[in-house]
Amino acid sequence: MNWNSASEFFAMGGYGLYVWGAYVPMAVWMLVEPWRAVQRLRRARDGVRERLASPADWDVA
Amino acid sequence: MNYAPRFFTFAAPLRFYRLAGAVSPWLYGVAALFALAGLYMGFMVAPVDATQGNSYRIIFIHVPAAWMSMVIYLAMAGWAAVGWALNARMASMLARALAPTGAAYTFLALWTGAFWGKPTWGAWWVWDARLTSELILLFLYLGFMALVEAIDDTRRADQAGALLAVVGAVNVPVIYFSVRWWNTLHQGASISMTAAPKMASTMLTAMLLMTIACWAYAFAVVFVRARAIVLEREAEAEWVRALPEFKEKGMP
Amino acid sequence: MNACWIILQRDVRLASRRPSDALMPVVFFVVTASLFPLGVGPEPATLRQIAPGIVWVCALLSSMLSLNTLYAGDYSDGSLEQMLTSNTHPVAVAGAKAVSHWLLSGLPLILASPVLGLLFDLPPSQIALLVASLALGTPTLSLLGSLGAALTLGLRNAALLILLIVLPLSIPVLIFGAGAVASYAVGLPSDGHFYLLGALLLLSALGAPVATAAALRISV
Repeated sequence: MNWNSASEFFAMGGYGLYVWGAYVPMAVWMLVEPWRAVQRLRRARDGVRERLASPADWDVA
Repeated sequence: MNYAPRFFTFAAPLRFYRLAGAVSPWLYGVAALFALAGLYMGFMVAPVDATQGNSYRIIFIHVPAAWMSMVIYLAMAGWAAVGWALNARMASMLARALAPTGAAYTFLALWTGAFWGKPTWGAWWVWDARLTSELILLFLYLGFMALVEAIDDTRRADQAGALLAVVGAVNVPVIYFSVRWWNTLHQGASISMTAAPKMASTMLTAMLLMTIACWAYAFAVVFVRARAIVLEREAEAEWVRALPEFKEKGMP
Repeated sequence: MNACWIILQRDVRLASRRPSDALMPVVFFVVTASLFPLGVGPEPATLRQIAPGIVWVCALLSSMLSLNTLYAGDYSDGSLEQMLTSNTHPVAVAGAKAVSHWLLSGLPLILASPVLGLLFDLPPSQIALLVASLALGTPTLSLLGSLGAALTLGLRNAALLILLIVLPLSIPVLIFGAGAVASYAVGLPSDGHFYLLGALLLLSALGAPVATAAALRISV
């Protein structure tokens, strides 16, 4: 084990700002990006449902 | 009937849609597992570096992000080229799905590189050959995304994007070589990112675990995005209407 | 070959009817380069040092300026389709258009560059190298640019898109072009830079017209 306490872990030997400044945005992005992708998928599904609900005159359904 | 898997099986949007849907949750799981393992290894097991202290631990995300940015660009260009050459829509859709993730990894590689550079070299940005090439790679991604977004006709957009991506991919070695030349010529930039700490085996293991995690994550998120693109483009198709998620309850 | 000559003549003739349009890249070149001392300060030593880079970047931007009209005019009046469906190979058409772009944009920049060299107080030897590097480099820029123009034909933001697409690809030319003068200034030989500029020109002369012809087929 490298760290004697949680505060030591967060301090990273004085480099805390840099280490967490790098890790946190990456972690945040890896939560935001999948969420945005799922949102896009949901919107696409809604688009398909709209199309099915109101077929145009020339739709063969 | 021949049940042997055909090479072009998943070129059909329907089959890709189903496969991607089934597989992406598992891929997220794999990514999370490997990330946990890699981060544990990187933070709990790997020792402090003699010269860089704890700041070197940024490499556990910086290097995988940089690798992924390059791999994804090649994959994007490759799939786009396949889509153009074989007139395979699914390949072009996959290329479009890859672009935002690749661009994000590129940006993160630059960002984490800056946060590593500041404590190590004293500056947020150094015009080191690799960082500069990475910046140019970001421009290449942005150019691809801008071009395909700007063209309304999907077929023209796919093909133009493929051409641009392939030209970009071919140019990457030229760009990298010229940037390295430029970097060594101008004596002021004596800083080099290649002066990374000598890798203890625990550091290397942690980095490889994180790379696998990033890879699995990229697959997962790209698959979700590709599914969205498939639905956006193929909304008129019969197979889309026949999907269980669009079946009305109580209707045959 | 005859068709290429005709395309060249046509473009030159069309440009001569609109001299202000034809001169805009050169004017932009001189004006933009002149902005740098105003931003950086008039200290001669600094200006001499950064001059090759500034001149080259401005040359890059100026030659990109005139690109979105390279094919747009021919496209809108239908002559581009004529050219592509005629007996002339599309690659030859693309090559001829790249040459015409260089004649109308690149060559004037080359001729104007000594003036900028004087503005930045470069010694005559470096001015000569600057002109030579531009002479070898601007054709490559025209070739790469014509690919960008063909890909973005008819699009709304074509001018900006061309910049975004072509600038990263032009970076090697920029590095070796400016480096040729800069390395001489610090006492290093600049031969290598010129050889590499030549190699880049050769590669783009072989590859760009082919890619441009493909892009035209996609866009038209």
